[in-house]
This record gives sequence, structure tokens and C-alpha cells, in this order.
Amino acid sequence: MHRVNLAIIGAGPAGMAAAAEAAKAGVRVLLLDEQATLGGQIFRNVEVGSELRGAVLGRDYRRGALLTDAVAKSDVDYVAKARVWSIEENHVAYSTPDGEYLVEADHVLLATGALERAMPVPGWTLPGVMTAGAAQIMLKQSGIVAREAVLVGSGPLLYLVAVQLVRAGFPPKALVETQTRSDMRRAMTHWRAAMRGWRYLQKGAATLNELRNAGVPRYVKSRNIALLGSRRVDAVHFSCGGAIHEMATDTVLLHHGVVPDVQAARMAGIEHHWNAQQNAFVPKVDPWGRTECDGVWIAGDGAGIGGAMSAELSGRITGLAVAHELGSLPRAERDRRANPLIGQRNVELSIRPFIDRAFPPYHEALAPEDEVTVCRCEEVKAGQIREAAEQGCLGPNQAKAFTRAGMGRCQGRYCGLSVSRILADANNRSMDDTGYVRVRPPLKPVTLGQVAALHDPNAPLEQAGGHD
Amino acid sequence: MKPVSRFEELESGAPRVPVRFGGQEYQLAEGSNLAAALMAAGVDAFRQTSHRGVGRAPFCMMGACFDCLVLVNGETRQACLMEVETGLDVQPARRMREGPYASR
Amino acid sequence: MSSDFAIVGGGIVGLSVAWGLLKRGLGVTVLDGADDALRASRGNFGLVWVQGKGLKQPVYARWSQTAAAAWSDFAEELEDATGFDLSLEQHGGLDLHFSENSLADWAARYTKIQSILHGDYPFEVLSAKELRKEEPGIGDAVVGALLHHQDGQVNPLRLLRALAEEVRRLGGEILSGKQVLSVTHGAVFDLGCSDGSRIEADRVVLAAGLGAAELGPKFGFKAPLSPERGQVLITEKLAPLIRRPSLIARQVNEGAVQIGATNELVGQNDAVTRKGMAQLAAEAVAAYPDLARAQLVRSWGALRVMSPDGLPIYQESEQMPGAFLVTCHSGVTLAAAHARRLPEWLLKGEGAPDLEVFGEARFAI
Ligand SMILES: Cc1cc2nc3c(=O)[nH]c(=O)nc-3n(C[C@H](O)[C@H](O)[C@H](O)COP(=O)(O)OP(=O)(O)OC[C@H]3O[C@@H](n4cnc5c(N)ncnc54)[C@H](O)[C@@H]3O)c2cc1C
Ligand SMILES: Cc1cc2nc3c(=O)[nH]c(=O)nc-3n(C[C@H](O)[C@H](O)[C@H](O)COP(=O)(O)OP(=O)(O)OC[C@H]3O[C@@H](n4cnc5c(N)ncnc54)[C@H](O)[C@@H]3O)c2cc1C
Ligand code: FES
Repeated sequence: MHRVNLAIIGAGPAGMAAAAEAAKAGVRVLLLDEQATLGGQIFRNVEVGSELRGAVLGRDYRRGALLTDAVAKSDVDYVAKARVWSIEENHVAYSTPDGEYLVEADHVLLATGALERAMPVPGWTLPGVMTAGAAQIMLKQSGIVAREAVLVGSGPLLYLVAVQLVRAGFPPKALVETQTRSDMRRAMTHWRAAMRGWRYLQKGAATLNELRNAGVPRYVKSRNIALLGSRRVDAVHFSCGGAIHEMATDTVLLHHGVVPDVQAARMAGIEHHWNAQQNAFVPKVDPWGRTECDGVWIAGDGAGIGGAMSAELSGRITGLAVAHELGSLPRAERDRRANPLIGQRNVELSIRPFIDRAFPPYHEALAPEDEVTVCRCEEVKAGQIREAAEQGCLGPNQAKAFTRAGMGRCQGRYCGLSVSRILADANNRSMDDTGYVRVRPPLKPVTLGQVAALHDPNAPLEQAGGHD
Repeated sequence: MKPVSRFEELESGAPRVPVRFGGQEYQLAEGSNLAAALMAAGVDAFRQTSHRGVGRAPFCMMGACFDCLVLVNGETRQACLMEVETGLDVQPARRMREGPYASR
Repeated sequence: MSSDFAIVGGGIVGLSVAWGLLKRGLGVTVLDGADDALRASRGNFGLVWVQGKGLKQPVYARWSQTAAAAWSDFAEELEDATGFDLSLEQHGGLDLHFSENSLADWAARYTKIQSILHGDYPFEVLSAKELRKEEPGIGDAVVGALLHHQDGQVNPLRLLRALAEEVRRLGGEILSGKQVLSVTHGAVFDLGCSDGSRIEADRVVLAAGLGAAELGPKFGFKAPLSPERGQVLITEKLAPLIRRPSLIARQVNEGAVQIGATNELVGQNDAVTRKGMAQLAAEAVAAYPDLARAQLVRSWGALRVMSPDGLPIYQESEQMPGAFLVTCHSGVTLAAAHARRLPEWLLKGEGAPDLEVFGEARFAI
């Protein structure tokens, strides 16, 4: 077992920035990510992506190279393809293609980022349906694009992916958008705050322009969305402006926002609360990223959605805080460096209320019909969750025992919020009262052989004697 | 007959190497992401669900959904976290028939 | 609102008893805790197990046998009523041994109880070779096993769910999120709940698992219950590998292999630990080497409800007659007995089982 000062899980903007910042202050940093390259979701493969991909993905993407450079030039010990499966009292267990490791860290930073919000609509489990982010990853990672995809949902990332497909020369067939004009009206009440993030508004307008110029049809305020097909998707059904559409396609890209990936934080036992604006559970952290669990920190989208810039800033802020905690950085110096970053982060975050209002989650996917599968792994339908509620399940843990929802390999990553939401609605209770499914190791799957490799026969568990 | 792909590959630089999926041979770009390369080669369903036995394909491409499960050397792996190597023999992760041993 | 019986605790024990009472036409209200309450009933191993039980108290061995014998009928009735498949199998169970000494030692203990029970204790000692014929997946580290023919396994979560559905269907009420905090006993029992509500009943069964340790004394029980943690691992669904369940691993009928469980005295802590997982994994791989390549997909920790001697407690309160404490550490195994036989004891009817030895008098100093 080796020892480090700071173990960081996740090498997206938050993890990379924290690593670089802390290392600069003399902290011994171990940076772990299950992906093959640095970058996280937004900067996936930025170091190795080709010129062509760079041009398609845009300036914001290429900026990520600054971060990966900073890590490469630092003393940070970065391990690729490292899957963290357990975090327990400052010990981090991870497996890599060359073996099992256990590291003891004075501090652990969870920078595990975000997941796209699950969008359970009829047919969403069919082959041919993936998330918009998944299509983007194929582009970033492999230079592969879907032909004539139909994008369904709402939010900035939906437009971004659409534009990237246009630039790649394969414009999507259509955008089936779920937000409404009244969503936009409500969002405008936040315009003052949003103006501080004018850069984003400007970029948003440019994006829509680019889509219009490319002639991509947009169906705004779509409803009754269903994905049709038997062995694979072959059409999108939806109603829009009083008309019913059935649009043939073999690729559907779903997206209606991102939510914090809280699995690691939940496993560490950190308290979470419901954030109605983001429509998600967020962990309790202070402005430095400190949690109530000693030595465990969270930065980036995993602490609440703020976007890539905010993730990077948060990473740096936490990096400074950890360096200070370790005695590598005097308080005054920490504050001197952190204050402007905190100010910049506030500007970054000012756009969020606007985005959250303008692009709310698709409400039919928050309250799916009985026949719609919500737990992809165990194939549990919304109606079964409602039945469990009738059987007295007040929360997702009893519902899990009753229905198996959340028991599969993804461990509730894609059904957790849906199940809690359905139960909360059925029982007429708040999301906080309903709670979330309990997360246990392994955070990522490992083989029994890999787990067994950590067993020390000379230090067996203390067990109670045989009993009746 | 090979299926028709619904994807385009923007770059075609990398050398092609043979990979088997479900018994069929494909020529895939070496070093590329296995899930992406298989989809680009026209593969639709990767795993079969364990209850209803229906096909699933990669959904998240970021290691979170487990719908890209395949079997390689008898071990279950996520194709979206693997790279194309020459000679890989990949099987879709099929539904296990009702185990354990039939009751006596 | 007043019912014949209030049952405090909606786990397997409380629901089995509730079901039995409803079948006899009594009105039942079940009061259960919060979603994140400690619940052994959703964290157990699912064995219907006789071997090793009551080696020092033959009445307990008998009681476990009574339950095991009643199980197939009980399961069938629940399955017919609910349409659930409880996946009950009673083709025997194994206790695997890694040393000749321990195998011989345990075989001797079984022989002793067998003679006390007049031979009704069907077990065999399997040599390594015999064992491998029965269980081809077993590894070289295993030197032999005890095969007990009354043992088996069931899907414990379906059992829980089926009982909950049946209790409701039979007219029982299950109220979740009703933590009982206090009791007064006048003409009827009056239970005060955490949400401010009060529930009245003629009689009360305290089947609150570990919750009974705190609530029991308010009814005049000793309720000397303490937690013992068991960690359990679950693999992905695998092709058939394990035939008969053992105390180390069993393969559920959907294919997943369940591995467990530890026995740890760590208070109310139901966490999973890396150390616990590693040891369980190492044992399982030693027993079934093919498991090394299987993926671990889930784990949990749950707390057993233990009395000082490990035996069940069945006791009517002397201070508040009409209040009964019912608790045990093998609630899955005993579910059939609790459903079929315990109501007679609660109602003091004819043919009530003699459960004297399970009273609290045994805890007198
Ligand atoms: C699919 C997807 C695409 C996105 N694309 C864009 C975009 O193009 N533009 C944009 O502005 N925003 C995008 N976003 C939003 C984006 O997530 C954030 O703005 C930003 O990436 C957050 O950075 P982060 O550092 O917090 O986390 P991330 O960048 O998400 O990084 C988290 C990292 O943690 C790793 N990880 C998680 N769990 C483990 C574990 N147990 N073991 C090892 N490693 C682990 C992951 O592999 C990942 O690399 C996208 C989000 C998603 C989900
Ligand atoms: C790891 C492990 C493995 C096991 N393996 C097996 C096995 O293989 N075979 C077997 O037969 N047994 C096994 N058991 C034991 C079995 O699970 C238990 O005996 C059984 O579940 C106990 O059920 P119960 O209803 O008494 O308790 P619980 O399931 O704990 O239920 C108690 C209920 O009471 C409620 N409650 C508590 N306090 C209050 C209150 N004040 N007011 C209202 N409600 C309250 C709680 O909410 C809870 O739902 C195992 C146990 C563990 C932990
Ligand atoms: S596609 Fe989701 S885990 Fe691979």
C-alpha cells in the first residue's frame, strides 16, 4: 500500500485543476480516472484528438489542452484506466489493467462529475437510442458520427451536440425539443443574473443560428414522445403544435440536462439534500468543497451542476484548500489565491438559474407512464414502483427490496432519481423525506479475484464465535 | 451478410485489425474504442437483458450504464471502456439460462 | 381505530405472525419503521437452515425442523395467493470445511444431536471426492463437507414482498413510517407513534427486530437483543456453478452467486468494509475457484438480531399481559413455523407449541 497526500477520483476539469493546483503547492497527488485519457466528459481525448475533431468540437473543447498540459507538466501521479471501487476512511481501492491497488490518502477529493439525466420515455431502452453525450463521446474519442440522428429533449448540451454534428458534415435530421415558451418566459425573470454570464447567452444564440443556417428543423414544445421499434429503434413519435409526427430514424439521441454523479459521495456517507432548481440531490459541501466527512472533499459537477468553467475553478479552490490543510500553504496565501477564483465562480454560476428554468427536464420523463421501464438494469417499470408505493414503500430502499429497482450493475445511476421521484409523487412526500437508494461498494464492478487479492490471511476479520 | 452502419467515420487513418464479435469477423481501427468501432461496423445489440432477454446497445459511452456488456475471455467487460486490439474475440453478454443446476 | 392485534415491526417475523393471525380471522395492524430503518429482513442470506441449530438446545433444533418441514406447504400457499415464485429449494445444504479437524469435530457434534433427536437428523459426511461429484465447481482447498438433507434456500426478498401483499389482501393493515415510541396499557393497548398518531389494539406482538431492545422494556420485557453484522456479496448472473447452498455461497435461481456472511460485533454499524469484502471474496474463491473471474456487482451489510444464546425469544409480558415479544435470528427459516404455529401460542389455543424454553426466564441471573 502506498501513501499520498491527496487522492483525486476523476480527471475532468475539476480533478485536473485540483491536481495541478495542489501539486504546485508541493502536495503529493494521485489522480485516478477509469478512462484511458485525461479530460473528463467535456475534454475527453483532447490531448490525442485530431485537428479535424478539434475543429468540429470547437474552441471551448480545445481549451481543455491547457489543463491536460498543466497536469502533464506537474508532479501529479496520474493513473489512467483506474477504476475506484471503494473509498473507506481515507483508503481508496482501485483496479487497473495491471493489478489491484490500495492507497492511503490524507485527503480524498471526489471529482466524479455529472451524468446525463435519465430520460425514461417509451422505447428508450431500444438499441439505436443513446444519450446525446454518448454521441458526443463517440465523436471526441473515435471521430465517429451518427448519420441523420434525431435529437430529443432540451438543454444547452443538446444544441451543442447538434451543432457539432452539423460541423462534422452530418446534420441531425431534427431536434425534438421539450421545453416550452413559458419555460423561457419564466427563465427571463432571471435575466439580470444571467446577463453576468452573457458569454453563455451569446454563445447560445450563435449556436441556434448555426442550426438554423444548416436547415435543421426544430420541433419546440414537443409532447407524447415515444421511441418506436421492436428490435431496434426505427422512429420517433411525438406531438407538436397540434400535429402528430412519426419520424423515421435509426438513431435517437436523448438529453434533458445533467445531474451530479453522487455515487461516490453517497457511498462515503455524505449527507445530500434536494435541490429543486437543479431537480437533483446535491451533497452538502462548503465553498471550499469540504464535506462533513473528515478528509473527503468534492469539486466540480459532482457537488452540483455548474458547468466546466465552474468545475475547473472549484477544483483549483479545493486544491488550494487541501494544500493549506496539509500545511503546504499559509492561510493568507490560500485566500489571496482563492478569492479571485471564488469571484469568477460566482459569475459562472450566475447563468445557472436561467438555464435551469429555460430548459427544465421533460416532465413526462419525470413521471413516466406505468409501462415505461425506469430501471434499465433490472427492467423494472414505473408502474411497478407505483405498486410498491401502494404496498407501503415510502422510500427507494424498501422499493428496491420489493422490485429490484436499483439492484443492477449501474447501481441506480440511471434509475435512482426516477424511482425516488415516482415514490415521492405517489406517497405525496418531499424528495428529502423520500430519500435516495443506499450506495454500497463496489462503486465500479470488480471481479471477486480482484477483491480477494486484497485479503490478508495474517489479519483476518474479528468475528463472533459460532452461534445458533 | 454484414449489417449496414448508421455511423460515419470521419478519419480512416488507423490500421484495421480483425476482431470477432458473436462469431463474425470485423475489421476495426486499431486502438479505437471498442464499443464505438463495433457500432460503426454495424453491430446493434451488445448484451441481452437478464429478465426479458431483449437486446441492448451502448447507451452512455462513459462507463455508467452497463448496456455495452460483452464477454472477453470469459470475463464480463464494458465495451465502451475497451480498445480495439487485434484478434479480440468478443461475445455479446447473453442472458444466463435459469441456474443453478436443475433441481433433483 | 382498534384491532385485535397490533404487530410492531413489518419484517419477516412480524409479517409471518400477522399472516398467521389473519388466516385465523383476526384483525391485524402492522406498524413498521422508516425506509432506512435497520431491517434484517432485507439483508439476509435466504437459507432455510437446520444444520448446526440447537446443538445445545434440542428444542430449538426441533423447532427449526418443524419450520423446515412446514416450508413447502407454506411457500405453495403464498405462491398461489400472490403469483410470486419464492424459489424454495430443499434438496439439502452444505457446510464446507477446509480442515480435516474441523470436519471431524462438527461431524461429532451432529452425531450427538442426531442421537438426542432419536435419529431424526439426516446428514452425511462427504469426503473431498464425494463432494466434488456432487459439486464439480468446488476447489482443492475444501477437504470435505457436511451435507444436511433438511436444509434449503428461498428468495427472501420475494418472501418479504409476498407476505406484505398477502397481509394486505387478507385485510391486514401495514402502516409504514410508524415508529412506535411509547405504550400505555388500560382496557386496550395504546401505542404512541413518532408521527404523533396513536394506535389501539387488544393485544400487541413486539416483532421489531433490533428495535425491540429499546421498546421492549417499555412493555416489561428484558429484550436483551444486540446486533451482529453480516456482510454479503453478490456476483453478476453466472452459468450454473453451485448446486447446493452452503454457508459460504449459494447460487440464486436467476444465476447470481451470493457470498456471505461475516459475523461481526460492531454495534449498530451496518457498513460494508473493504476488509470484510476481501475476506469473503477470498473464502468464496477458495471454495469455488471459478468465482475469481466473476464480477462483484453488489454488497451490503445488515445486522442480525441476536439474543445472548442465539435462540429465539417468545415471551408474554407479565407486566402487560397480552403483549408478546417475538424475535429470532433465523427469521427466514422460522417463517413457516411463525406463520403456522405461533398464532396458536399467541391465542393460547389448543395444540399450541410448547415454547417454554424460549422464554425470558432463561436470562435471569
Ligand atoms: C456525457 C457528457 C458530455 C458532456 N459534454 C459537455 C460539453 O461538451 N460541454 C460542456 O460544457 N459540458 C459538457 N458536459 C457537462 C460536463 O460534465 C461538465 O461541465 C464538466 O465536464 C464537469 O467536470 P468535472 O470535472 O466535474 O467532471 P467530469 O468531466 O465528468 O469528470 C469526471 C471523471 O471522473 C471519472 N470517474 C467517475 N467515477 C469514477 C470512478 N469510480 N473511478 C474512476 N474514475 C471515475 C470519470 O471517468 C470522469 O472522467 C457533459 C457531461 C456529460 C455527462
Ligand atoms: C447477514 C444476515 C444473514 C442472515 N441469513 C439468514 C438465513 O440465511 N436464514 C435465516 O433464516 N435467517 C437469516 N438471517 C436472519 C433473518 O434475516 C432475521 O432473523 C429476520 O429477518 C428477522 O426479522 P425481523 O422481522 O425480526 O426483523 P427486521 O427485519 O429487522 O424487522 C424489524 C422491523 O421492525 C421495525 N421496527 C423497529 N422498531 C420499531 C418501532 N419502534 N416501531 C415500529 N416499527 C419498528 C423496523 O422498521 C423493521 O422493519 C440473516 C440475517 C442477517 C443480518
Ligand atoms: S455504454 Fe454505458 S457503460 Fe458502456
